[in-house]
Amino acid sequence: MVTTSEARVEARFEELSNKRPFWEVAHEFVRKQPLGSAGLAIVALMIFAAVFAPILTPYDPELNSFEHMLTPPNLEFLLGTDQFGRDLLSRIIYGARTALFVGFTAAFIGSTLGLVLGVASAFFGGKFDLIFQRIMDILMSFPLIILALAVVAIFGTGIQNVIIAITIPFIPRCARVVRSSALAIREIPYIDAARANGFSNARIIMRHMVPNVMAPYLIMITAFVGQAILLEASLSYLGLGVQEPIPAWGLMLQGGAEEYAESAPWVAIWPGVAISLAVFGFNLFGDAVRDTLDPKLRSQ
Amino acid sequence: MSTARSKPAAKRKSAARKPAGTRKTPAKRSAAPKRRQAARVAAKPKFTETLVNVRGLKMHFPVTEGAMIPKVVAHVKAVDGINFDIMKGETLGLVGESGCGKTTTGRCILQLERATSGDIIYDGQNLAQLNKKEMRPLRQRIQVIFQDPYSSLNPRMKIGDIITEPMKVHNTEPNETARRNRAHELLEVCGLNPKFSDRYPHEMSGGQRQRVGIARALSVKPEFIICDEAVSALDVSIQAQVINLLEDLRDEFNLTYLFIAHDLSVVRHLCHRVAVMYLGKMVELADCDELFDNPQHPYTQALLNAVPIPDPSIEAKRKHQIIKGEIPSPINPPPGCVFHPRCPIAVDECKKNVPEFREIRPGHWVACSEI
Repeated sequence: MVTTSEARVEARFEELSNKRPFWEVAHEFVRKQPLGSAGLAIVALMIFAAVFAPILTPYDPELNSFEHMLTPPNLEFLLGTDQFGRDLLSRIIYGARTALFVGFTAAFIGSTLGLVLGVASAFFGGKFDLIFQRIMDILMSFPLIILALAVVAIFGTGIQNVIIAITIPFIPRCARVVRSSALAIREIPYIDAARANGFSNARIIMRHMVPNVMAPYLIMITAFVGQAILLEASLSYLGLGVQEPIPAWGLMLQGGAEEYAESAPWVAIWPGVAISLAVFGFNLFGDAVRDTLDPKLRSQ
Repeated sequence: MSTARSKPAAKRKSAARKPAGTRKTPAKRSAAPKRRQAARVAAKPKFTETLVNVRGLKMHFPVTEGAMIPKVVAHVKAVDGINFDIMKGETLGLVGESGCGKTTTGRCILQLERATSGDIIYDGQNLAQLNKKEMRPLRQRIQVIFQDPYSSLNPRMKIGDIITEPMKVHNTEPNETARRNRAHELLEVCGLNPKFSDRYPHEMSGGQRQRVGIARALSVKPEFIICDEAVSALDVSIQAQVINLLEDLRDEFNLTYLFIAHDLSVVRHLCHRVAVMYLGKMVELADCDELFDNPQHPYTQALLNAVPIPDPSIEAKRKHQIIKGEIPSPINPPPGCVFHPRCPIAVDECKKNVPEFREIRPGHWVACSEI
């Protein structure tokens, strides 16, 4: 009996550890998640642009040139120039750096804090959970942008403060989702086993509960990156985010949209396209990640 | 009274003999039981030292209403004042139907639930009064094996880590290498290949996982193990293997078990003494053979009578003594003897007076005023 079951397990083990060639896995992902793959392609393009910005850009993104103010797109300036004669293509490529940096940092820190707080809230339960959840309710009753504006108003502008401002509204959103998964996990006997063994609360939370709520956590991160990029652009557009002359898409919109919407529409169009495309890409990719990790949500 | 009881007594005798036949089913190891039983009888006098002493244990769970300001409207009396003790080296079986409080009793001893009242004295220390820090050294000595082998192992941890983690926390082995070696040793003791330590739980079968659960319980060299329905979730052939493993481990490491189960044939095979629970109360407690051969409480008799006989021709002719009615709600248990609404021998007295849990002959305790 032991030998047959062992053999079966052995076979399954082989099957699991058998690495398939990369292109085969990739092909399957594309076939199963065509939209997700498109999103992944956009995300990959953005990351590529951000990493290789100095090589890809034809001009210095912060270089003013009064000879070339508001040049329409041509062969010399592929996307045209803005009111200071700065090359829009270069600024958009460098803008990807800002967007990704702010987006990833805010989404990662916000989700991770939400993860730990959400799991802790579920684990301790009782009064702590009740009070903590009411605080989260208060934070969540503000729309994302309002809360971010309030935080910027307190801390001031600048890239670090923008990250903090975007991180804070993400914490309750992630904590809420993670808590609901963690509540289910708290009742599973392996947590009882850990408690019966006298493991510390920190050990139970970090070693036994957190690894088992990774799926909602990863889903939240990917969903948040797109939102964070949008939020950063909004704050910058309102003049409360990243400051000139750092190339940021929201800032480029602000500079171009109002005065030159009719005379030089390219100044506002390209950053707008970049923001939409980035958010669209991350959302598609996030949905695909969710479908892959959480079969319960999968719509057939 | 004696004439009234003579009939059930005769029935009792025939009923009690029959379950003995179930032990010779092919699923069990054929040669072993006789030898084991002989060893058990011979070993009986050595259980003299009390290890666990449970006195007046009550566990009432509050039933609340209202989301924001919860208000207690009632209590589920899961365990309602039970007394028993477990001797060093013995195996005490705890049986009863679903919801009778046997698992809750185990959880109270483990301090996974804080008992409402009562004392749990373990080797001189009252667990019910210890705080978390004081409890920790005792947790090493009391271990648990859970019912469901699928949910009792963390799916994100490798088998090796699952087994070494308690050793790390309780610091029973000096270093990582020693812990690894001990994990390999334990896997072998539990009938698994040491190379399983690099696998994840989902790569194993139910029986193999339960062996991992046993290895985890043994890792910190405990003296007392609570087996909470440890074999109920396994299929019959694996059940027999795991029971034999538990038996061998008991003899090898001189373990004491509290064996919570509902399968009576398993209990008879493994236990020295058996306690029967009904609706949070203990109704009968006796030596294993005494309880199975000579059950006194009407509930125990019905419970034993419900065990099917693995011979269709006898089973078809047999007259079942089925207890009438449903198990009452533990929120509002019947007054007097909790069993009286379903009891075949109940008299008016039973509705008013709570029967005393008394010793009717040495070592045989019954909570029934009509016996």
